[in-house]
Amino acid sequence: MRSRTPAPMIAALGAAEREPALQDALNEPARTPWRLRTRLLGLAGLVALLAYPFVLNAPFPQHVMIMIFLYALMAQSWNILAGYCGQISLGHAVFFGIGAYSSGFLFATFRVSPWLGMMVGIAIAMAAAVAIGLPTLRLRGHYFAIATLVIAESVQIVFQRWEFVGAASGIWLPIVRENPLLNFQFNESKIPYYFIALGFLSLVCLAVWYLERSKAGYYFRAIREDPEAASSLGVDVSRYKVLAFMISAGFMSIAGTFYAQYVLVVDPETVFPLTLSILVLLIAVMGGVGTLWGPIIGAAVLVPLSEFTRIYLGGTGGSVDLIIYGALIVLICVFRPVGLLGIWKDWRLGTAVGGAKNRGNA
Amino acid sequence: MTREIVIQAIISGLLMGFVYALIAAGLSLIFGLMEIVNFAHGEFLMLSMFSAFWFWALFGVDPLYSLPVTAALLALLGLVVHYGIIRHILRAPMLAQICATFGLAVFLRALAQFLWTPDFRTVIHPLVEGRVEVLGIFLGLPQIVASVGCLMGFTLLYVFITRTETGLALQATAQDRQAASLMGIPTDRMYALGWAIGAACVGVAGGLLSTFYFVFPEVGFQFALIAYVAVALGGFGSILGCLLAGVLIGLVEALGGLLIDPSFKYLIVFGLYLAVVFFRPQGLFGRF
Repeated sequence: MRSRTPAPMIAALGAAEREPALQDALNEPARTPWRLRTRLLGLAGLVALLAYPFVLNAPFPQHVMIMIFLYALMAQSWNILAGYCGQISLGHAVFFGIGAYSSGFLFATFRVSPWLGMMVGIAIAMAAAVAIGLPTLRLRGHYFAIATLVIAESVQIVFQRWEFVGAASGIWLPIVRENPLLNFQFNESKIPYYFIALGFLSLVCLAVWYLERSKAGYYFRAIREDPEAASSLGVDVSRYKVLAFMISAGFMSIAGTFYAQYVLVVDPETVFPLTLSILVLLIAVMGGVGTLWGPIIGAAVLVPLSEFTRIYLGGTGGSVDLIIYGALIVLICVFRPVGLLGIWKDWRLGTAVGGAKNRGNA
Repeated sequence: MTREIVIQAIISGLLMGFVYALIAAGLSLIFGLMEIVNFAHGEFLMLSMFSAFWFWALFGVDPLYSLPVTAALLALLGLVVHYGIIRHILRAPMLAQICATFGLAVFLRALAQFLWTPDFRTVIHPLVEGRVEVLGIFLGLPQIVASVGCLMGFTLLYVFITRTETGLALQATAQDRQAASLMGIPTDRMYALGWAIGAACVGVAGGLLSTFYFVFPEVGFQFALIAYVAVALGGFGSILGCLLAGVLIGLVEALGGLLIDPSFKYLIVFGLYLAVVFFRPQGLFGRF
């Protein structure tokens, strides 16, 4: 175990060829005149997304879509830290809970608009990310993963006992009829929630899209591939790790605020659970970590699966989705650790090039 | 608060500590061998408790009698997991390794919930029950049996690893796989053996725990968390460190629960983990 000294150097040398995402990003400007078919497909997708809640104008299909957006938003936030920067957090529910509690508490006690509460939540989540990240991001691999897990559990315990924010029973948000937009509460229809969730998801995806092309994004990926090599090339590793953690936490807290306004109840059991942190990780890994579309694909596959099993199998069916998730994740990790997106890409390349199947084995 | 209560807490903490130590030893053995953290360790424990429970509920066999079978079943599970999953991800990136064992944990827990519902169950009237009074201190007999059993299991494991040829081969594989392989040690089989023994340790601990603890699908999680803390505390890969760390955690938990607040006892244990990984990442008794 201690005779692996040359490994980092080899990794540093091989980083460029081992990193298809980087290559794609580098090649991107060259093929900017997008093919017509891609553009048409994109347009059709956009129209479908905008028309969806009006065509399927019933609560359940709208709810499923909203959940897809919400989970994609969370998985994408996790993806920024874990997929791009390589720091595997197992306690991302902390930031979700912070977002939910910040806006929920401010609205329930002071009637502060949840939009403002959301900003406060983002600020607190980012501050928490710095506070948690500064010491923990120095840790490597499993130590970091378990540290985040342990911190998330501790935060949940604290919130369960904290009388000021309602302890274990949490916060019940008052239902307000007037001024729905300002109060971020839509009691008549799910359609506003649909578009707000879509908007948040677009925001995080835009951020990731921009990040993939920005200097910070390249630094993140360099840190993921090899922290020592990145550091030797002048990347301030700890600073950029904390930055990735902050961005990730901020978006996660937006998801928390949205959830609080959607269900109007915030309690430690539902906003700080380990299951949430795991689910977010499973979705991102399922779709493909370190890619823009991976978390969205993961959510689009897994969320309907869990919503439908819950309906068709009822009570005990509550765990069938997790049985399938767990098995799928194990299979993906064992056979193709590139996620569904990677499998699809490989398949497409495989048919185009003719059998060059094992490319990009992450 | 009288002196008896404090002594009582110390002794119960000590008894629990030996159980934690054996659970952590299984985890540590696997990590030491191949640097993979088994995030499904808690679910292994849960399955062993269910195994003991079902032997009792269906066939009327006491968990203490079915202990060898439970341990053997768990060893088999360890082998299946190694050959089915772990062997394929040894060289995979860490994310894939974490997700594979995490996914396994989610799978096993959900499966248990699906098959056996999330209900809490207990073994009623186990072979050993009741309590004894020694100098004004009350101790549960099942706890004493579990604790002694785990300590025996731990001793066996330690003797096996340090005194037998196979055990030494295991250690050699943990230290340097390539060198061990050059010395003619079948390292692949050592990995499988590590998983079998690691899981069997949990099997023994779970079988003994089931005599006085609730059996339910989520039970593994808190024990797994404590095992991670113990392994980090003892130094990843150090078996003897697990014993000391397990006992320390048992004591901290019992005394913290008594002196501060029972609901905060895990907070103290987690704080201990964070303090150790920040200030002494090699663990309190680590070799590195």
